[in-house]
Amino acid sequence: MRVHLDAEKCQGHNRCYALAPELFDVDDYGQAILLVEGDVPEELHDKARLAASNCPEYAITITDNG
Amino acid sequence: MTDTAKTDTASFTARIDETSGNKIITIERNDETYDFIVGSGPEGTDIWQRVPYDADDYGSVADFRTDFDHADPTYNPNAPEVWKELREGGCPVAHSDRYGGMWVPLTNDTVTEVAYDTENFTSRSVVVNVGRPGDRALPAPIGGAPPITSDPPFHNMARRLLLPAFAPKMIEPWEPEIQRLCQKLLDEMGEITAGESVIDAAVQYAQNIPVNVIGRMLGFPEKDEELFRQFVHDVLERINEEPGTREGGDELGVYIQQQIEDHRANPREDLTSYLMNVELDGNKLEDNVVGGMVILLLVAGIDTTWSAIGSSLWHLAQHPEDHQRLLDDPEVMTFALEEFLRAYAPVTMARLVAKDNDFHGCPMKKDDWVLLPFPAANRDPLKFEDPDAFIVDREENRHAAFGLGIHRCLGSNLARLELKVAIEEFIKRFPRFELAGDTRWSVGQIRGPRELPVRILEVAN
Repeated sequence: MRVHLDAEKCQGHNRCYALAPELFDVDDYGQAILLVEGDVPEELHDKARLAASNCPEYAITITDNG
Repeated sequence: MTDTAKTDTASFTARIDETSGNKIITIERNDETYDFIVGSGPEGTDIWQRVPYDADDYGSVADFRTDFDHADPTYNPNAPEVWKELREGGCPVAHSDRYGGMWVPLTNDTVTEVAYDTENFTSRSVVVNVGRPGDRALPAPIGGAPPITSDPPFHNMARRLLLPAFAPKMIEPWEPEIQRLCQKLLDEMGEITAGESVIDAAVQYAQNIPVNVIGRMLGFPEKDEELFRQFVHDVLERINEEPGTREGGDELGVYIQQQIEDHRANPREDLTSYLMNVELDGNKLEDNVVGGMVILLLVAGIDTTWSAIGSSLWHLAQHPEDHQRLLDDPEVMTFALEEFLRAYAPVTMARLVAKDNDFHGCPMKKDDWVLLPFPAANRDPLKFEDPDAFIVDREENRHAAFGLGIHRCLGSNLARLELKVAIEEFIKRFPRFELAGDTRWSVGQIRGPRELPVRILEVAN
């Protein structure tokens, strides 16, 4: 599983940071920062899905790589 | 045709200019004089009315499809039913001749579209009222209370000045302060007898929390809290009065200028000082821009969160099963908080139509109002499963309580924290309570209980 963040769409709602702090941080302006590169560890899959399905701006997407 | 009102610091004189027919309000303060011009067209006015509007000419709303009025006293208490009825009746966008013409998108798709379209819809005025900003008002893209009243590109500059002060990591340290404040308010309710004592959860609790926090962030005297609440009431609830006659609007400006001057004389570490010293393109902000931002923080920070706290307690008073779940499983608060915000979103915004456009068959004209009811979008069945049910652990919840797009509520992290702590402390102290009499709801764009009598059924030791 991979997580993608569209920084253009992010408006700083901070839902991802609240739900999955292992995967997302926020900068000084409250904009999301993706912390993982490449595959998301198995144990964080649920949190990744939760973050993606709660972003009000649809800025987070998930792709499965088999 | 002259009337004069005195305040501690300023005098206002109003007269009608015979040639133009405009109303000219002369404001004198210290050695400065300013003419505030109210007219029937945009040219040369600070504020204008498209058509003379008197709410009494319309009376109460018979059909929300064609005569929508969010200030009708029946609207806020029944808003979810109104949205549902209109949507199910095939009306995705309602209309009203009130306020000189107003459109009301009611579905998630139409609300979202307006929120994202800053070309066709301007934020120059975000509270629907009888007046619109004229040529002399602070022009777009700045507006009177940046950045909420600003359009791109100025919007982003103004917003970036404020964002760092409200970023999650700046807000998190306030949690223990807010806990202490909530506990103090609960203590001040005095002796509570389970099964007998009735308290007002809005007046004695919810309304005091945000006003205290934002006042402290701004470095304003705590004794002025009642004054802030009055200002907010003037800005948000008295929207049907003729512009220029709304007392309080001018007084708010005077009060904030006094606070800015006090901060200049006695510099201290707070949000007001930060705004006075921050630089935009190498220049400090003019006092009127600082004042506009302070007005925004004061107005936007107070009765919005107060409403969310009140509505959440109103819900819990009627749903002991949700209350019990929160007590048994505090972790569920992560989801419950967002569900309170979705189901009881307090804030409806507004836009002015920037240029004539056809919006899904609605012929929108420049300077028509567009009401932006995010709370209605949050209950659209095309977006949310079972939208009128409160599901305490709803896991997928892309609600728009804080708006969508570039104007996402700047204070959302603070609002969330206040709401979470306020609910936690209240239910910890009072593990059971119920409604005890009539809830009085607000009038206008911010929806929440203004009086909320509840009977305390159990008090924690």
